[in-house]
Amino acid sequence: MIEVVNISKSFSGKQVIQNISTVFEKGKTNLIIGQSGSGKTVLLKSLVGLHEIDEGEIKFDGRNYSKLKFRDKKNIRKEIGMVFQGGALFDSATILENVMYPLDMFSAMNRKEKIERARFCLNRVNLSNVEQLYPAEVSGGMQKRTAIARAIVLNPKYLFFDEPNSGLDPQTALVIDKLIKEITEEYGTTTVINTHDMNSVMEIGEKIIFIYQGEKAWEGTKHDIINNDCQELNDFIFASELFKKVKKNFSILSDDKRFMPDEKDK
Amino acid sequence: MYITNSGMNLFFEVGRYFNLLAKAFSKPEKFWIYIKLVFKEIDELGIQSLGIITVISIFMGATVVIQAALSTDSPLIPKYLIGFTARQSVVLEFASTLMCLILAGKVGSRIASEIGTMRITEQIDALEIMGVNSAAYLIMPKIIAAMFIFPFLTVLAIFIALAGGYAAGVFGNLVTSADYIYGLQIQFRTFDIIYTLIKVEFFAFTITSVSSYYGYYAYGGALEVGRASTKAVVNSSIIILVLDYLLTQLLLA
Ligand SMILES: Nc1ncnc2c1ncn2[C@@H]1O[C@H](COP(=O)(O)OP(=O)(O)OP(=O)(O)O)[C@@H](O)[C@H]1O
Ligand SMILES: [Mg+2]
Repeated sequence: MIEVVNISKSFSGKQVIQNISTVFEKGKTNLIIGQSGSGKTVLLKSLVGLHEIDEGEIKFDGRNYSKLKFRDKKNIRKEIGMVFQGGALFDSATILENVMYPLDMFSAMNRKEKIERARFCLNRVNLSNVEQLYPAEVSGGMQKRTAIARAIVLNPKYLFFDEPNSGLDPQTALVIDKLIKEITEEYGTTTVINTHDMNSVMEIGEKIIFIYQGEKAWEGTKHDIINNDCQELNDFIFASELFKKVKKNFSILSDDKRFMPDEKDK
Repeated sequence: MYITNSGMNLFFEVGRYFNLLAKAFSKPEKFWIYIKLVFKEIDELGIQSLGIITVISIFMGATVVIQAALSTDSPLIPKYLIGFTARQSVVLEFASTLMCLILAGKVGSRIASEIGTMRITEQIDALEIMGVNSAAYLIMPKIIAAMFIFPFLTVLAIFIALAGGYAAGVFGNLVTSADYIYGLQIQFRTFDIIYTLIKVEFFAFTITSVSSYYGYYAYGGALEVGRASTKAVVNSSIIILVLDYLLTQLLLA
């Protein structure tokens, strides 16, 4: 669980994130949604400590990250896996070497064990036969999967994804979403995902916060989102004709379980 | 560093530069990984520069000899001065300062664009989030490798340049072989070599650290990486020239 209390972040006087508080839950896929430029990436990078926050607190299972000493911060970082918007794979290393990299830096495994572990993670994200290729030689979807494999290789407690679906076709995007949800449930990670993809929202939005101009404007689940009463959020969701129709013909689509509360939630 | 809008900006950049250096020289995570990286950089920054160093050395040596021959073209001036002049300019200035200015272009732009690309594609963030000290990981091996290999390049450049000078002088009938070699040996001071090697160490540090700095703090897109790489070359060249002046004052004057 990650608790966020009143965090703010500005860059040389320009306020990007303002007074955001929320809780990201363990074993669930927590979504941060918002328009391009609303501050999602800055928020995510502030959460993991890549940006130093100006104010507020971030607690990783009770440990106050921003107040920790450098050494303790580093220990928390080793419990964090992150997938960046562009994948951020090391382009001079092969797919396998990319996934092995965190093991090289931080594990006491021998080479054989490291290769085994890296292969296991590559299999977990359904990647095979590409381990000797370089990132530039595989497709965008494969790069994303490699990045996910690298993020989970050290068994993280916390997983962060910055737009895992950007640049992917809807079908591949769905596969990636499902994969993220499966991994989250399988390993009980606290998973935080940035997205502006409404498909992802309806697919894996167990907990959603909506960021508008750097502030949290709405919070809820995918079940609440269609009939929410937040004007900015509605402008965001129903920007597309498709979702306008979804709202209008809500009854027609109501046999689609995705838009209805899960059985277990009742 | 010289191109700044205001004094404050210069202070900010210099402060940030030294901060980055402090971060780069903290204790590495796994020692053997850093050793491997140093060897890789010795190859990329040093060995891969051998070609360009050979070419410029030959031509510089030859040119210096021809110029010396033309300006000493009088029966009153002994011919061995051609060898002497060639040696002095090659050892004192050419094999350290000029060579490093060329390397600032080749090695500096390479470092700045490599690190800058890693910055804008979030590879540096990826390193940091894993708990790797990205500054140490990316910068320290480059500085150490350059400071190790550049002196060897200098010594090599001296030999090649003087051989180039021999070829131009002797085969061009400007000086006899005996006169040229006598000139090379006359009034030789070991300290001149030490002086030039000290300079090279400073230049190696400047090129790698300044270029790494501009790459590390690139922000934006591919265009910014290009800008960072230009700034890296221009500013390391200027710092090299200023250091050349200061070190010469300090060591020779
Ligand atoms: N390092 C930085 N320095 C200055 N300003 C920044 C920095 N990083 C981000 N910003 C600014 O913060 C604002 C929010 O950017 P951010 O990248 O968080 O948007 P986003 O919601 O992730 O958008 P997208 O969906 O396009 O990725 C932008 O106006 C951006 O210019
Ligand atoms: Mg973003």
